[in-house]
Amino acid sequence: MAKVPVQFTLNGSEKAEFIDSGTTLLHALRDKIGDTSPKGGCHQGTCGACSVIVDGELRLSCLTLAETCNGATITTTSGLAEGGVLHPLQRAFLDTFATQCGFCTPGMIMAAKVLLDHTPNPSREDVVEALSGNICRCTGYEPIIQAVLTAARGNSQNAA
Amino acid sequence: MAIRRGRGVAAINYPTGMNLGGDPTQALVHSTPTGNFMVTLSSVDLGQGMKQIMAQICAETIGVPTDCVVVDTADTDTGPHCMGTFASRGTHRAGNAVIQAAKEARQVMLEVAAEELEVNASDLETDGQGNILVKGAPQKSISIFDVALSAHFKRGRSISGRGMFLIPRSYPEKETGAMKPSTCYAHACTVAEVEVDDETGEVTVLTVKNVFEIGRALNPKMVEQQLVGGSWMGISHALYETTEPYYPNRDHGGTDFNQYLMPGPGDLAETEIIVLERPSADGPYGAKGPGEMCANPQIPAVANAVFDAVGVRVDTLPITPERILRALKAQAN
Ligand code: FES
Ligand code: FES
Repeated sequence: MAKVPVQFTLNGSEKAEFIDSGTTLLHALRDKIGDTSPKGGCHQGTCGACSVIVDGELRLSCLTLAETCNGATITTTSGLAEGGVLHPLQRAFLDTFATQCGFCTPGMIMAAKVLLDHTPNPSREDVVEALSGNICRCTGYEPIIQAVLTAARGNSQNAA
Repeated sequence: MAIRRGRGVAAINYPTGMNLGGDPTQALVHSTPTGNFMVTLSSVDLGQGMKQIMAQICAETIGVPTDCVVVDTADTDTGPHCMGTFASRGTHRAGNAVIQAAKEARQVMLEVAAEELEVNASDLETDGQGNILVKGAPQKSISIFDVALSAHFKRGRSISGRGMFLIPRSYPEKETGAMKPSTCYAHACTVAEVEVDDETGEVTVLTVKNVFEIGRALNPKMVEQQLVGGSWMGISHALYETTEPYYPNRDHGGTDFNQYLMPGPGDLAETEIIVLERPSADGPYGAKGPGEMCANPQIPAVANAVFDAVGVRVDTLPITPERILRALKAQAN
């Protein structure tokens, strides 16, 4: 099969790859570019573990063709820390013990980031709604909800 | 047709580990040249916190800060023998093995320190901060860093230790059947409150209140984390999850997350967790295994609450709306 070129900005740096047409963004990120922070849980859009942010919107990278992301700006969880300082969401996930095996965590953090980018002071219902496409085996969700609310409180303190 | 409320209670007695053909776990501990300690295990950390707990146990035993310990669980082909991380046995079995290995390593460490300080090893103690002091004369001391350097480069000693913890197999007595399947039991009790819609058979868990008796909580925050997740998982098992809905018939088994029901963050019951610490006699620093049992008592508690609400006993899991409606119908006839 002919290879197709794909080019996008990943966590602030330019990436260019030749991929098989039909390659998912998840596969391109993990196996071509080597960013393994998006996880492949189901490869059919039902678990949320592969969530990434494409041009500001939450996307399931397992259902997104890489070639549709030409010219896009993509953020993954591995791009959130700046200069060795964790992103407030990452910090909050640690502080509230919202991670056990960690497999759902990058997807949860992506979903939470899109929520907080649009709604800096979300209600609990907003958080539940935002995370409703992501499943977690380990935590019982409550610590994750608390992590997002904690990070959001940090937002409102910074604004004050 | 109405929404009916019910409340159910259940208590469990949960063995730590299993009575296998003997239940062993082995651990090795050695120091690096700069006085950090390495614990080698084949027990796997799958998110339950094995590495953190083993680092704490090793650090406590040797007398160093926890962040001076690295736990390597890399490879069951090459690591020391472990039966595995299951049956809530990890902390208990591996923890005891780590204590034994760390004690042996500590002894060598104190012997090297004794040679350096020209005192008797039995007169030495650790301060938990990375130093070894002469008892009663703390101005006479040496850092573990220097002890390790001396052991490696001057005295040719390996600061290391071997640990093996074995629960021997228990055979039942021929006459009575009496046996000792486990040496250590954790306990839990759950009260669940539910609403059952007797028209649709749907169950909503309103509250779930759990008390767990787990021996000593070696890391209280991580224990809480596991209990919260486990409590939710118990409800999930009670009401939603199954790989074989028509067991033993394999038909209609869920093959993916579209068919295998996993509740999401919107389906949470109000949850309360209380931890009782009654240190176990044979656990590492009094620990028991809280792992699996934290997801167990919710299941009978929910079943009992459903009975309290609508008067039917559903004795097959999960307690689906279909099963409740069938039971209600059978009761009406
Ligand atoms: S891997 Fe994409 S949703 Fe599960
Ligand atoms: S932490 Fe294990 S799946 Fe969420």
